[in-house]
Amino acid sequence: MAQPIANGQIMAAKTLTINGKHLSAEESATVLEAASEAGIEIPTLCRLEGLSEVGACRLCLVELTGSSKLLPACVTKVAEGMEVKTDTERLRRYRLMILELLFAERNHVCSVCVVNGLCDLQSLAQQLGITHVRFPYLYPKVSVDASHDRFVLDQNRCILCTRCVRVCDEIEGAHTWDVMGRGTNSRVITDLNEPWGSSETCTSCGKCVHVCPTGALFEKGRSVAEMQKRREFLPYLKLMREQRK
Amino acid sequence: MLREIVIDPVTRIEGHSKITIQLDEQGEVQDAKFHVTQFRGFEKFCEGRPFTEMPSLTARTCGICPVSHLMASAQACDALLAVEIPPAAVKLRRIMNLAQLVQSHALSFFYLSSPDLLLGMDANPAKRNILGVNEAHPTLARDGIALRKFGQEVIALLGGKRIHPAWVVPGGVSEPLSGDKRERILAMIPNATALIERTLCWYKNVLEQFRDEIQAFGHFPSMFMALVTPTEAGHRPVQLEHYNGVLRFIGASGNIVADQIDPTLYQVYIAESVEPFSYLKSPYFKPNGYPGGIYRVGPLARLNVVDSCGTSKADRELTEFRSLVPGVILGSFHQHYARLIEILYGIERIEEILDEPDILDRHVRALAQPNRLEGIGVAEAPRGTLIHHYKIDEDGLIKWVNLIIATGHNSLAMNLSVRQVAQHYVKASRLEEGMLNRVEAVIRCYDPCLSCSTHALGRMPLHIQLLGHDGSVLDAVTRKQ
Ligand code: SF4
Ligand code: SF4
Ligand code: FES
Repeated sequence: MAQPIANGQIMAAKTLTINGKHLSAEESATVLEAASEAGIEIPTLCRLEGLSEVGACRLCLVELTGSSKLLPACVTKVAEGMEVKTDTERLRRYRLMILELLFAERNHVCSVCVVNGLCDLQSLAQQLGITHVRFPYLYPKVSVDASHDRFVLDQNRCILCTRCVRVCDEIEGAHTWDVMGRGTNSRVITDLNEPWGSSETCTSCGKCVHVCPTGALFEKGRSVAEMQKRREFLPYLKLMREQRK
Repeated sequence: MLREIVIDPVTRIEGHSKITIQLDEQGEVQDAKFHVTQFRGFEKFCEGRPFTEMPSLTARTCGICPVSHLMASAQACDALLAVEIPPAAVKLRRIMNLAQLVQSHALSFFYLSSPDLLLGMDANPAKRNILGVNEAHPTLARDGIALRKFGQEVIALLGGKRIHPAWVVPGGVSEPLSGDKRERILAMIPNATALIERTLCWYKNVLEQFRDEIQAFGHFPSMFMALVTPTEAGHRPVQLEHYNGVLRFIGASGNIVADQIDPTLYQVYIAESVEPFSYLKSPYFKPNGYPGGIYRVGPLARLNVVDSCGTSKADRELTEFRSLVPGVILGSFHQHYARLIEILYGIERIEEILDEPDILDRHVRALAQPNRLEGIGVAEAPRGTLIHHYKIDEDGLIKWVNLIIATGHNSLAMNLSVRQVAQHYVKASRLEEGMLNRVEAVIRCYDPCLSCSTHALGRMPLHIQLLGHDGSVLDAVTRKQ
């Protein structure tokens, strides 16, 4: 088998098994990348091709033989001899729980949501077969910021994946977004927790709106089920930036 | 002695409510009240939401007539945008609204009321439902199901989804009509027309049997209100108008009390009183005060206020309907008849609109940011006039909402009707089955959709109490959940 080549240099390859399947991957690869290369799907939510990985949502948890800890596949690097399981009963249970907690933590009313039918969170829930939420809903009283000319932030639907924060910082370079507070009180904020409309850093590029996996960020004036998110631009943008460096 | 009887027919009112019948010292019915005990809080619930969500949000107050809320809400949102809505979009919305009229009236007449009409008010409750109708008169049941399906299919073809279509949006509709869909709707029209004509024929034959009920079921003088066509463009006679138009009030003798009222001025003419016994607001005609300003809305009101329907077949039926009694038709029992005529009208109008040359126009949406901070939208829902009134802040978030729904307009009339039926049929200190059925049946004449009229988030069972002159409960009937 040919050695993987990157930038003209020969990279070391690691061999591992995922769900019993033997594979090899570049040493810099994550378990998630190795798995997807091999056609094994692991659910993800905070991760987005083109942005850095933060391991925030924990949906991509996998089991490693010899370790009782569950590890997020998106930030775990492959290692020689690793034995990974991506689809055990325990993992399924955890993933379900994580999603249910996300729903319980804010106020999601899909039927009137701008991304109904186009939502990453909703489609994951459908995929994983959530029928109801077993945890008590928190029903937090959170705000809608519609002060921006073109966009709206509805905290009711934010899952704190930080995609907006990362795209704004890493790709647009504006760093308008940040996360404030702890635990269930965490909120994404613009600038120093000022209304988005009066933000001095926001360039109104709209990238955050399109990378947001839910209906938390959307274009003003969109009606229910009308907010199609376009993310194809991201990997290209990233490539361009890298080549310029 | 408290006696509990389970009466299933109560399930044939959409939503739940409570009725108390008050006896005087002689044991005669003194008063009867129709309480709506559901939780109301929808208007509050909308505050802070982007106005663009309102059509879908309000459509969810009601699973029975979501399309009507879409219509009134979208028009209130249009008013916020303050732009001209493309004509094709208006026509498509009209078609959907009429399809909703047909399917909702079919539900009310065939599913909810025809068991009483066909099997009689004293029939065995176990049989008095659409299944019983199917046994006794299979054609009627089948026609009802088919007519309802017609309406639902037109809605589904336009909106893509049967119950809560997100197709109606502020500024128009989200997708134009395709030629293929137009053909498919047109192809369904002849059969739907035949079915409703057959039903009308049947109904006119059995009407005689209900002479008693017609006199006792909410038969009293009152005003009537409905949207009608505007006359400004020289449009005469004044005809049915379910989508927008202007308001007309007539008195019990047919005199025109107020006409060609711009519906955005509704607050000049309509005030709302809040009754301690009900969550349902009771609107009344302001100049006449409360409760003298009682008026009725809905199918009968619409047919009473117009000069003519505006389509040929329905107009023939209207002429026949009006020949029943001289002057204004005051008996609420005739809501049933009026519904059938409106179904016919709806089908005819859908065909007419589909034949308009620009119906397939691709331009169906005006895009804009809000240009006004207050908007009012009024449409005729199957049950009567529906008013949506919004105020937003500079960012387009809802600050204040007022909804007046059809069942609300009728709430004074419903109380009066329940009292009338109780006075006529309650003869002892017990609640007799046949009497109970009639009390429910009179409420069903108005086809009240309680979950929507109280903007309910929860459900409660219907409960009828018979109270002695001292307030003691003589008898009670509760619908088990
Ligand atoms: S963001 Fe997604 S999950 Fe949340 S309400 Fe909207 S559609 Fe539902
Ligand atoms: S606003 Fe959207 S992108 Fe940003 S953290 Fe919340 S869910 Fe993620
Ligand atoms: S996708 Fe790996 S933690 Fe979110």
